[in-house]
Amino acid sequence: MFQSAILSQSVFRAALPAVTLILLLATIFTLQPRAMSVFGINLMLNLAVPIALATMAQLFIIAINDLDLSIGSFVGLVACIGATWLNDSPLLGVAALAACVLAYACLGALIHIRRLPSIVVTLGMSFVWLGLAVMLLPTPGGASPTWLRQLMSFRAPYVPVPIVASIIIAAAVHYGLMRTSYGTILRGFGGNPQAMRRSGWSMLRATMTMYALAGLFGVLAGLALLGISTSADANIALRYTLLSIAGAILGGCEFVGGRVSPVGTVLGVLTLALAGSALTFLRISPDWQVGAQGAILIVVLALRAAVARKES
Amino acid sequence: MTRCIPLSTGKPWFWSFAAAFGAWGLLVLFLNGRGAEEAITAALAFAAFFVIVGLGQMMVITLGPGNIDLSIPAVITLSGCVAMRVMNGQDAAILPGVLAALACGVAVGGFNNLLIHLLRMPPIIATLSSSFLVQSAAISYGRGLQVQPPQALQDFATSRLYGIPINAIFAVLLAATVGVMLTRTVYGRSVLAVGQNARAAWLAGVHVGLVRCVTYVLCALFASVCGVLLAGFSGGASLDMGQEYLLASIAVVVIGGSSVAGGRANVPGIWGASLFLFLLVSMLNTLGLGAGIRLTLTGLIIIAVITLAGGETSQR
Repeated sequence: MFQSAILSQSVFRAALPAVTLILLLATIFTLQPRAMSVFGINLMLNLAVPIALATMAQLFIIAINDLDLSIGSFVGLVACIGATWLNDSPLLGVAALAACVLAYACLGALIHIRRLPSIVVTLGMSFVWLGLAVMLLPTPGGASPTWLRQLMSFRAPYVPVPIVASIIIAAAVHYGLMRTSYGTILRGFGGNPQAMRRSGWSMLRATMTMYALAGLFGVLAGLALLGISTSADANIALRYTLLSIAGAILGGCEFVGGRVSPVGTVLGVLTLALAGSALTFLRISPDWQVGAQGAILIVVLALRAAVARKES
Repeated sequence: MTRCIPLSTGKPWFWSFAAAFGAWGLLVLFLNGRGAEEAITAALAFAAFFVIVGLGQMMVITLGPGNIDLSIPAVITLSGCVAMRVMNGQDAAILPGVLAALACGVAVGGFNNLLIHLLRMPPIIATLSSSFLVQSAAISYGRGLQVQPPQALQDFATSRLYGIPINAIFAVLLAATVGVMLTRTVYGRSVLAVGQNARAAWLAGVHVGLVRCVTYVLCALFASVCGVLLAGFSGGASLDMGQEYLLASIAVVVIGGSSVAGGRANVPGIWGASLFLFLLVSMLNTLGLGAGIRLTLTGLIIIAVITLAGGETSQR
């Protein structure tokens, strides 16, 4: 009895992001049947890929009970590096992006060694990333490297590319974090750091790995965004910080306990990305786009809480 | 490092004032000794806004791990817009305008608590999603808003008493009230108790839910007070007026020596940290640096101060 209750609750948790997405898609397709085409889906989900990558970066941080409030400005910085150095002198660009990932790993080390609250450190870093981006590109501009633009505007005939890309991202992170042995250990540090330390694993190494992964996915997000928008601006992705937290939670991640779900998270991101389109089709003012994302968050978490309460 | 640990644990607010003093000294140095007094007056006037929101954030953070209010910027913007709309530039409508703005604050705070309490949402997500809603409401309501604040409000917000900006005096009084409340009243002691160990507090008979509710409402209320004062001070409301207060409200709490893990609040530190934050930015401004370098240095210095002064001693 007890076991089946836990089982059905976990099934519900896993299914909720998918159900939300399907409901939202159904609403859009009913309101505007012409949206139900490869072209329509490509158009609606065009910007979902960079957000999904940024949210994955956030997921790595959340998995070890931290929170990254700088990912948005970091993605902006990467886009600026891509639009300037990477375009003009690829070697310098690649070195700069590698330095960004390294900086993230060092940030993790600092937070771990000095036991600093990650919220505050990353909030401070958001100024640093933004400042560096403004120094690099004071006014919006620059140009995306041609290969990046071509990669992001690649369109396959019968399948919507953003969906395929989302599946690949979800599968890759799911495999790395949920299926490999070191991925399990990394998540273990979110669950019970003390136990992991006592069984001989280095917490410093785990924290640095997770932050480096977050940096890597932040870099990918910035490049993907640059490929789509073809030019960059320091403020281009500031919204991603809060959006990535919302997407991760919508997808079933928890702030404590190392409980994360890469697949659910990607579904959550797609839902948030579609919220804007749904509003357009419902003829609601775009003023309420952010509000709709907030409302979706509240409704989904309310459902989750209702089920959890009934089961217990 | 070994020397400063006992100092910093004994008087956690010491470092924030030391940092503020250091920033002021450098500022005066860059100005070649001129404008030392003006710098203090300006710092008091602007830091007051940080203090008002910082006090609310401090009480929320003191409630314990995970408690944080991300809706402060949205509340500032909404209450600023609502106040300006209701006042419509008329001196006679100041009182209704202020009341309407404060009502917005109380409503948002209550809504936050509803989400946390009834839906068991983590406070970060609860305040984040309500801030999305409030932000949209502010955009929708404040569209095309170009109302000047009433003359009387503008005069009040920029007036001085014995040379001290009136909003600084207000913020000092508010800080003193919060300080007394936290140390002398049942409610304040309960906030600290919940922050140290919510379950122990509950077993000892503290009404945890009520304490949390009051705290979130107070935090949103302070944010709306800040919104009204800010709109009066800066000649009107705008849709991005709350933006910088997310970082500021959290940073002043942490730099001021309150524990991020909760249970330990520090009221004087909020003032020291707010002064430091403002003086730091004006110091970098006087140097005539570009916007990019200024932002980068602000971030790095904040992190450096936190690394030196903060850092939880091992608790788990």
